[in-house]
Amino acid sequence: MSLFKNDADFKMDVLREVGNIGAGNAATALSTLLNKPVDMAVPTVSLLPFEAIADRVGGSEAVVIAIFLRVEGDAPGNMFFIINREPARRILQDLLGFAAAEDDMYSELELSALNEIGNILAGSYLSSLADFTGLNMSPTVPSLAVDMAGAILSYGLLQFGTMGDDALLIDTTFLEGQQEADGQFFLIPDPESFDKLFRALGVPL
Amino acid sequence: MTEGSLIKVGMADLNIAERGAVIKTTGLGSCVGLTLYDPVLKIGGMAHIMLPSSDIAREGQLNIAKYADTAVPELLERLKKKGVSAGRLVAKMAGGAQMFAFMGGGDSMRIGPRNVEATKQMLARYAISLTSEDTGGNYGRTVELSTESGIFTIRSVQYGVKEI
Repeated sequence: MSLFKNDADFKMDVLREVGNIGAGNAATALSTLLNKPVDMAVPTVSLLPFEAIADRVGGSEAVVIAIFLRVEGDAPGNMFFIINREPARRILQDLLGFAAAEDDMYSELELSALNEIGNILAGSYLSSLADFTGLNMSPTVPSLAVDMAGAILSYGLLQFGTMGDDALLIDTTFLEGQQEADGQFFLIPDPESFDKLFRALGVPL
Repeated sequence: MTEGSLIKVGMADLNIAERGAVIKTTGLGSCVGLTLYDPVLKIGGMAHIMLPSSDIAREGQLNIAKYADTAVPELLERLKKKGVSAGRLVAKMAGGAQMFAFMGGGDSMRIGPRNVEATKQMLARYAISLTSEDTGGNYGRTVELSTESGIFTIRSVQYGVKEI
């Protein structure tokens, strides 16, 4: 599937910059929250078969913690903040002094704290994007799930599903110090949103 | 196909298995994993259905495995080519969860239940009996069908293993 008729490379670069600005702001927010430096990798922008998207977080059956929210407004889409269980425990410990959970069971309080972290990060990602593009983009109330990556991420692929079997994903990885990947931001704009994003940024369609 | 082999079905994909092979699909959320099985010939088929109806499709080349209304007849056709008798087929299904609870959110949020409904309608249209299902809820499932026994196994993070 070719999503863009012309200047595809340039458009992918523009989307990478969109991810850079959004996730950069979110990384700053996380750093402030944890009072620690938080780095991020250069975002990757890729058009991937549905199957391959869950591979980005360890495969379809990998159990992840995901905060999902719908982006509403001028350029709608789906956003996920995904954390593996180990870094999630570390963040909870750093932030709240909680004892590390032994298994996959999280208390209401822990889940609520993680949901709020996802909310803050997604909010800062989107508000910087809205400032940058001049578009109205607002997040819905976030929702959290601890489950198989495939089951979670497929929710964000429905809008692409009517068009083909691939979806465009802006993927940014967070790193706390030199640790392995702590979290990932996935932004999957609806197929109709790309023209609006490009127009807002002065990119010829 | 050797005995005990594993056939994987991806998202928006379908396939058939026989001779003791196991057919499997992973990470069903709002998607539905449907199997049709002939206990006499021990041949089964599985579809990983993502959306209820191909009416909403805007894709150039329609992926018929993706939609309930096109996947069911295709699976049936593939099985008939193997000599399977439609009257003997046993249908089982799982999935159709609502992974995230939202206030409002529109139609796409109810996609799981809609996939389940649409799949059932298609089974009824082709007079295939649905013997058991494990659908709904708010959790992901991995499912597999043994063509040896016809047992349909469901795995989930919260509830472990269940056979139907």
